[in-house]
Amino acid sequence: MKGSLIVVGFFILGLLAGHSGTMPEWVLSSGLSFAALCALLLCVGMGIGLNPDMKSDIKSLSPRLALLPVATIAGSWLGAVVACTLMNSGICTIFQPRSITDCLAVDSGFAYYSLSSIFITEYRGAELGTIALLANIIREMITLLLTPLLAKWFGPLAPISSGGATTMDTTLPIITQTVGQRYVALSIYHGFVTDFTVPFVVTMWCML
Amino acid sequence: MFIVILFIFLGIGIGYVVRTKMAARKTVIASLTAKATTWLIWLLLFMLGLEVGSNEQIIAALPTLGVEALLLSACAVLGSCALAWALWKTTKERRKG
Repeated sequence: MKGSLIVVGFFILGLLAGHSGTMPEWVLSSGLSFAALCALLLCVGMGIGLNPDMKSDIKSLSPRLALLPVATIAGSWLGAVVACTLMNSGICTIFQPRSITDCLAVDSGFAYYSLSSIFITEYRGAELGTIALLANIIREMITLLLTPLLAKWFGPLAPISSGGATTMDTTLPIITQTVGQRYVALSIYHGFVTDFTVPFVVTMWCML
Repeated sequence: MFIVILFIFLGIGIGYVVRTKMAARKTVIASLTAKATTWLIWLLLFMLGLEVGSNEQIIAALPTLGVEALLLSACAVLGSCALAWALWKTTKERRKG
């Protein structure tokens, strides 16, 4: 829990620094975050390479677990239907009625906020694009912050499913720290498959 | 995206070489890697905050759109976790039987 709070602390610190405009322009435009992401993945890879049990870890996983991306995608759509029903039920006046395909498109970002928000802005306008950006950032944040809880409540596959397309990079370290190194291969495979489907399913829901 | 994947494999290669050829320094390098991982996660979250914070449009729209986004993402996470739990349960039953 302490680790999660530090993560949120850094996010809020960045939010304040960005809003106050004290950070020089080059920090965002220089590709520093991409370099940091690559460095992070190099470290994650080294963690895998340094772990001698990797081979037996992969073998100990059931082949049925290859279906995990299907569970993630179907589960996200199920959630989108529930969210849409709640929005249109008039329970809370904050919510504007949204079409079911809008909700499905947003939740088909699977936490891949940059790409999904660009696509949705293109197809459905900036408002839904902003919702897509926020919803998918929040999904990544939920995974980063609540991974220990999700694993406790729903088992070791839940944080991977929750992380969606990010489980091969940004959320991989926190997931393996929580559920163990033996899920590294599944997590990377899951992230790869989910990531690959994002442009197709987002486009599909926006076209319908 | 492929560059990113490339770095994972590069890391795996370096880690493998360290483990097999430089066994004496393995523990030191492993703890350094863990530390670097933690700091890079913090840096990336800070950068994400920076990106959102410096975008006036998103900041202004946060209160109303944020609630909708929160509902949508929470439902997506719960739906995914429910099905992941179901897959976990059925896989475990099979392994036992």
